[in-house]
This record gives sequence, structure tokens and C-alpha cells, in this order.
Amino acid sequence: MSPTAAPTRRTLHTPPVAASPFPYNPGSLLSVQHLSLDAISRILARATALENQDPLERTRILAKRRVALLFYESSTRTRTSFELAAKSLGADTALVSSLSSSIEKGESLKDTGLTLRALGAEAIILRHNSSGAAWLLEEATRLPVLNAGDGMHAHPTQALLDLRTILAHLRPGTVAVTAETLAGVTVSITGDIVHSRVARSNMLLLPRLGARVVLCGPPALLPELAAQAGPGITVERDFEAALSQSQVVMMLRIQAERLAGLQLDLEEYKAGYQLTGQRLAALAPKAIVLHPGPIIRGLEITAGVADGPQSAILEQVTNGVAIRMAVVERALTATEQGGRA
Amino acid sequence: MTALVIRGGHLIDPAAGVDALKDILLKDGRVAEIAGPGKLKGANGAEVLDANGLTVAPGLVDMHVHLREPGQGYKETIASGTAAAAAGGFTAVAAMPNTTPVNDSPETTRWMQSPERGAVVRVFPIAAATRGSKGETINDYAALKAAGAIAVSDDGLPILKDNVMREVLAAAARAGLTVIQHAEDTRLTRTANWSASMNAGPTAFTLGLRGMSNEAESAIVERDIRLVTELRESRAHLHVAHISTAAALNAVRQARRSGLRVTCEVTPHHFLLTDEHVGLYNTNAKMCPPLRSAADRDALIAALLDGVVDAIATDHAPHAVHEKEVEFERAPNGVIGLETAFGLALRWLHAEWKLPLGRVLSLMSAQPAALLGMKGRGTLTVGSFADVVVFDPKAEWTYDAHKGKSKARNTPFDGWTMPGKIRWTISEGRIAYSAPE
Repeated sequence: MSPTAAPTRRTLHTPPVAASPFPYNPGSLLSVQHLSLDAISRILARATALENQDPLERTRILAKRRVALLFYESSTRTRTSFELAAKSLGADTALVSSLSSSIEKGESLKDTGLTLRALGAEAIILRHNSSGAAWLLEEATRLPVLNAGDGMHAHPTQALLDLRTILAHLRPGTVAVTAETLAGVTVSITGDIVHSRVARSNMLLLPRLGARVVLCGPPALLPELAAQAGPGITVERDFEAALSQSQVVMMLRIQAERLAGLQLDLEEYKAGYQLTGQRLAALAPKAIVLHPGPIIRGLEITAGVADGPQSAILEQVTNGVAIRMAVVERALTATEQGGRA
Repeated sequence: MTALVIRGGHLIDPAAGVDALKDILLKDGRVAEIAGPGKLKGANGAEVLDANGLTVAPGLVDMHVHLREPGQGYKETIASGTAAAAAGGFTAVAAMPNTTPVNDSPETTRWMQSPERGAVVRVFPIAAATRGSKGETINDYAALKAAGAIAVSDDGLPILKDNVMREVLAAAARAGLTVIQHAEDTRLTRTANWSASMNAGPTAFTLGLRGMSNEAESAIVERDIRLVTELRESRAHLHVAHISTAAALNAVRQARRSGLRVTCEVTPHHFLLTDEHVGLYNTNAKMCPPLRSAADRDALIAALLDGVVDAIATDHAPHAVHEKEVEFERAPNGVIGLETAFGLALRWLHAEWKLPLGRVLSLMSAQPAALLGMKGRGTLTVGSFADVVVFDPKAEWTYDAHKGKSKARNTPFDGWTMPGKIRWTISEGRIAYSAPE
């Protein structure tokens, strides 16, 4: 922001921004922005079909294909569900994590990726603490790369599984998504927005289907300019005002590991932003409650709400396996046209 | 040394007010004679360069480069960096002190200028303002100047402490040296756990990268101008390196109006590109200060056109390929620029935004030479150094970083087409660069 900027000279012709070469590989899933609504519809449809398929038959789809899981950050849900997804399609998986590999010895992401490729990996699922890491890996290896979370940037499979969960509750029976599928739906996302890749992926995905996204949190965790990230996004500082508009209430964890010196009064935070049974009953009695996990009971959400009837938190986890089966299948079967082989 | 005649070219020397067809005789490293076509008296026996249809101008001066020696020869050497300079039309470069070790001594300053370094154009070392560029203890400026230092700077790091910066400005003024400040309040841009890696704004938010605010630059510029104001009597000279924000430009503009010796430079990447050119984590668009918003970029263009900016400088910052092929947040800052600065200035500042050619040349030669007190450079009059660039103002060429003279290829301009193909670069009478036939 440049409040003292000279009057802009919009008449000037200036060098254009080059078109993005990404994704290099049609099987990659780096961010939700790369996916057309048709591609999203196909993923959702395949998730349902694969979930319903006979497990033995399913293992023939990617029998003995090789998928590497490369994890630079700890993870329970994402890692396990990707692994189960790949295995249930018959693929062999290998897990490389930063704490038990040559990464500890200083091997670069590029070299690690090239090594995995030489070992026969046909796709790499990457979780990394640095924003943009999946782009670097894809450019270096040209393999299908599935972004399982990069720094504060993106977590596309989380947004897709959240979408599947939302559709199951609010638009059951949806076959293909369109720009109007979620018209009239308001999704509030509350908490540590600035550090959250889940928030970014959801705020860039859901408005494309017609939803309104209301971001909520204190200024230290939610800069005003977040509203400029894309269309259909607004910022609301008052949690109760956000709740009262919401059909979907998504809560986020405070990411202590990324706060880096930010001082936050947790008692004050809880008073302002904790999702309690009382608030939910008063302001959003019909809404579904989502949380990407890990949840910190008693901080952003009370145990009663997490375990309560409006909570869809464990459904999200289950949907994660289905969505990840679909994107792992897509990774190894996608063609240049973007369809399935 | 043999004599050289540049025959039939169109000489543009803004400092001397010349814009006409001239033949030029260079002898013993100096300009010996300038005359109308065919009118040179002392040209007998001299080697002739046929400049018919070409433009002849004072060799370009880049007051901000990183040549990486001593200590980081894998990124660039003084030989390779000056070869890149010559290929870009530059005959003099001022080299920043963030080497290994930091150039904070007369020994290192002299070492950099030794003929053994293999420089093909003149290198003017800029010495560190403080010991080890740590911002605490002031160096011996008189000794550094005697060894050849042309200015002082802790480039890459700002001098944060008010009392140290005040003392640096005062001591440099006594020694007759310019203080070049990298204006970045690192208390706002770096912590023990992270460093911001691009301009703060919607693009950084969307990319999930931590941003550097405009205030981190303008606050230091404003603080420095306050100090220069306090030291008004001493005629302290503050030069703001690679200025990138409208707010900092406004501060410089006001300081100039009140008669202070405050100058600034702008890089081609800052006046051409915005934070959107970071694209999807292109580490060749990562530098410090970062590419800013379109409003800031437009303010830089306006300031180049209206004369507030004193010089175009490249901040040529070579890095090895493997150093840039890493996660964006881990990549080192900086891009190379010596081989593209002139062509880009012609393509955009001159052809597109209509800054007269003489003004472009002045921003890239006479003005930086004068600002740093390089006597006999930045102009071509009898007796001045035989530092000359001969170029074809119309011929278009496409930059291929892999074929450049720099060891490095970390540039956002690879594949860009521009006019102003360099034909010859002559440094003190010797041909430092000659375009392949």
C-alpha cells in the first residue's frame, strides 16, 4: 500500500506480466485456481465413484504404480489420508519425511525430488513449510505434484474436501458444480487467517461456486487486504455478526509455529472468537461447523461444539480420503487435455 | 598504446551539449581530438572504428554493482562482472562492499583495483561505512579514500542506529565521500525466524509470503534526511540506493527543494516491474527492495521523467544457479542487470515514455559520474578519459541470459527484446567489448 503514491499514470504502457507456465504436468494439483469447474466436478464425481467401488477392484486402478509422499512438516490427517487413498487404489507408496532423510543433511528440495523420480516415483505428494515449494518441485521434476500444503499459501485438497462436505449438507445430490451451485450460501472462516493455507484455498475456491466468504479475526491475524484476494470475500471483525450470516462456520487453529513474535492475548482471543455452544445456538443454530484440524479444544472451539450435532469435523476427515483417491488417480491418469485417460 | 579513431558516428554528449556527427581520436587513454567528419588532424596511423550509422556516447557509469570478489568468485568475479559491464556499454562501475570479507579496509580496496583482477572496465570500490558492515564502528574514511574508495555504504544492510548514521554522514562529509544507504528498516522486515520476501500487499497475501512494507524503506529515508538536515553545515551527501517507493521519493523531492545534498538512484527492474511479476514464486523476481505495487512503479517512472532521480543503477547482483533454484523464501535477493540496463532504458524510458535520449544517457553516465566525483568521466571532451560506448540505437536484439558475459543468469529479463545493440565499449582507450560480427 502506498498512501502517499503520486497520482497513477494509467495511460502508460508498461511491461506485461508473463503468462504462467504452471502446471507443467496435467496431473498436478498445485492450487485450486488451476482447476476449472468442470475439473472440480470430475474430481467430486470420481471421489464418490471410488468411494463406492469394491475395494479389491479399486486396487487394480493404480496397481503397483509408485507414489512418493514427501513431508517437510508433521501431519496426521493429510499424510494418512493421502497414503490410504493411494494404497486403496493399489499404488505403492513411499514416505520421506524431513526428519529421517538426507534433507537433514542439507539436500535441496530439487535434488530430493529428482532422487525420488529416479527411484521410480510417478507422482509426488508434497507437504512443505515454505510457500510455493510445490511449484519449485514441479518445475524441477515435471512429475505430477500434489500440493498437500505449502507454507501459508495453499492446501487445495483440503478446500476440495471441505467443498464435498458442504455440498453433502447443503446441496445433496449435486452432480456437477457450476458458478451458482452455492449461491446464497455464506461461509465464515474465523481465526488465524493470515497464516492459513486452508483459508486461502477456501476463499479462492468457494466464491467461484457462488458462495460468499466472510473472513473473521483480529487485525493481527487478519489483515484488511485479505478482502482483495479475490471476488466474493469480505472481512468482518465481529465474530457474532459473522456467525449470524453463516450457513457454514469454519474455525481455524492459532498457528503458534508461524506466529513468530506476534503477541496474542489468548484469553482476549477466546472472549472474542471462540466458538461456544451458546454462540452457535444463538446465532447459527442450523449451520454446519467445519475445522481442518488439528483442533485445540478449549481455544478456538469448545469440546461441546466439536463433539456436537452441528459438527462435521470428522466427516471432513472421511471426505479427505475420497477426494485424495480422486486426485491421486487424476495425477497418474491425466492427459494433456486435462481429462482422464 | 595505439591510438583509436571512431569515425562517422553521431556523438551525443549531454554534459558537453554535443549532438552531431563527429570523429573522435583517442590516444593514451584520453580523448585527444574531436572534429567534424573527416576533419581530425592527428589521426594518422590510428586504428579506425567505423561508426557510420551508429551513436557514440560517453561510456556508461553504473554506481551500484556487486562483483562478488573477494570471496564469492563462484557467483561472479571482477573479471566476469566487468566483462558483463562492458557488454552492456558500461566503462565504470562502483562495486559494493558486501564481499567476503567485507571491504572495510584499504588493503581490500586496493586488492579490488589490482590489475591482477583482470577488470576490463574501471572498478571503483565503495567501502563499507562501518566495520564489517555491522553498523557500529566507523571506518577510517580518509585512508579508504586514499586507497581508491569512491563512496561508503553498508549496502544490503542499513545503518539503523541514529547516532552511528549521524557520525557516518559527518565523517564522510569531512573526507569528501558520499554515503550510500540501503534504506530498509530491518526491524520491520526481518526477525530471528523469518525474513519478508516480497512487497507487502494483496499479491504477497495471496501467495502466502510475508511482505516488506513501504514504510520500512521510507522511514529510513526520512530519518536519514533528518540527520542530513541537522548536518546541513557540513554539506553531508546522502545517496539513497535503489529507491523503490513513492513515499521515499517524496521525501527526497522535499529534501532537494530545501537545498540538501540528497540524491537517489532507480534500477531498471524497479521502474519496469511490479510485485505481480513475481508470478508463481519466480526467484529471479526476488530482490531487496522488492518489486513494488503499480502505483509505486508509476511514481518511479514519473520521477525519472521529472528529474528527481539522479541516476539509473543496476544493483547487478549475481548468484549461482543453484542458489536461486530453491524455495522462494530461502532464495537470496538480487538480479543481474549490467547487460540489459541500457537496452531496457532505451526501449521503455526513451521509446515508450519519451524521455529524450540525451536524458537517458545522462542518467546512465554524466549524472552518476558527477554524483560520485569521477573526474573526467561521463563526458567526452578533449582531455577526458577515453571511455566510450558505440551503439546502434535502432537495431533490436534479444537478451539470452545463457549467452551473457556474467557468470550468473538470475535475471527477470531473459528473452526480452530491446534496441540499442552495443557495437563497441572502449575503456580508457582500450576496446573492452566488441560485438561479434
